[in-house]
Amino acid sequence: DDGCKPQGEWVAHVLRIRSAQDKPAFAELFRHFAPRVKAFLIKSGSTPSQAEECTQEVMATLWHKAHLFDPSRASVATWVYTIARNRRIDLLRKERRPEPEELTWGPEAEPDQVDIVALQQETAHLRKALKALPQAQRDLIEKAYFGDLSHREIAARTGLPLGTIKSRIRLALDRLRHAMK
Amino acid sequence: MSNEIKHHLTDELLMGYSAGTLPEAFNLMVATHLSLCDACRAQAESYDTLGGCMLQDVSETVDMADDALDATLALIAGGVAADAPTRPSCDVLPAPLRDYVGGSVSDIKWKPVGMGVKQAILPTSAAASARLLFIPAGAAVPDHGHKGMELTMVLQGAFSDAIDRFARGDVEIADEDLEHMPVADISADCICLAVTDAPLKFNSLIPRLLQPFLRI
Ligand SMILES: [Zn+2]
Ligand SMILES: [Zn+2]
Repeated sequence: DDGCKPQGEWVAHVLRIRSAQDKPAFAELFRHFAPRVKAFLIKSGSTPSQAEECTQEVMATLWHKAHLFDPSRASVATWVYTIARNRRIDLLRKERRPEPEELTWGPEAEPDQVDIVALQQETAHLRKALKALPQAQRDLIEKAYFGDLSHREIAARTGLPLGTIKSRIRLALDRLRHAMK
Repeated sequence: MSNEIKHHLTDELLMGYSAGTLPEAFNLMVATHLSLCDACRAQAESYDTLGGCMLQDVSETVDMADDALDATLALIAGGVAADAPTRPSCDVLPAPLRDYVGGSVSDIKWKPVGMGVKQAILPTSAAASARLLFIPAGAAVPDHGHKGMELTMVLQGAFSDAIDRFARGDVEIADEDLEHMPVADISADCICLAVTDAPLKFNSLIPRLLQPFLRI
């Protein structure tokens, strides 16, 4: 049931984990996201056994932090991505990752349904635009996100000049921005 | 407050922060700027969204071990590590800097670097360095060039150089092509966060001699 639900795919699963410690909902999320997180960690340079262990920790974090998930600010995939990325920095670089100061929105208001739908729809829209990118541009973005490579390192790996890498990434981002208008 | 910020981070830095490819010192700079700047925070969140989309549609997935779900449920049953305590707020230092300083602006351990300028090096990985700079009102950081990238963000007061004037939240991005001599406004002492991925090049002899000792 990976379909595009009006309030965003997987959102209901996280809300069920948060409100009812719902293990079947967690199992479905796990089956979908864990193999993706594991692939992400291996592409970034983890060994398969490190990646297996680390993915389990990422998925456990998702359960424990379900109360912090705000569907008016992120899709579930975005949220899982940020948890996995932070864990990767911790694991592979042995560094901590400074996070921005929490915004205080005043009294703990429940996010507005309209904001949730808008954010989740925008994310689905971006995902579609990303799929429509030319392969070469998409590959570079995947390398930047999944390879743990700076633009300079991508240039060294691919043999393309740094200027070319930067302009292709810029082109890809321009296309995405254009598609989002 | 943040709509007064005029000098922002680049897309490359924001994307690098989201992709997790920046050295720790640069992550600290980005996190500090995002704490003060809603515009860049929104940009950074859209780069996170891009990462989420890449994760959803990754070209290939890797199967988990057969017992992975049970092992994860066992981890969950084992409970959760306590979060780091949040520190009391400070008018000068946003939260990420309070973590590195271990408190508020009064806890910074300044070391003089000459001409009234003081610095405090922050503990980050060696790939790049981060420091807080204290420039007394009206004083200058010695004229210097850069071998790599230097980002300087104002936390208190303001400084000016040949490029522009920089106030709280503004980031000056300097590279190999820029030589400058930042001068603090006369009205207040200036405190900045500066990160560099290569040592600075000082043009006058004394700072050049001091440089290895000061780790500038
Ligand atoms: Zn900004
Ligand atoms: Zn400089």
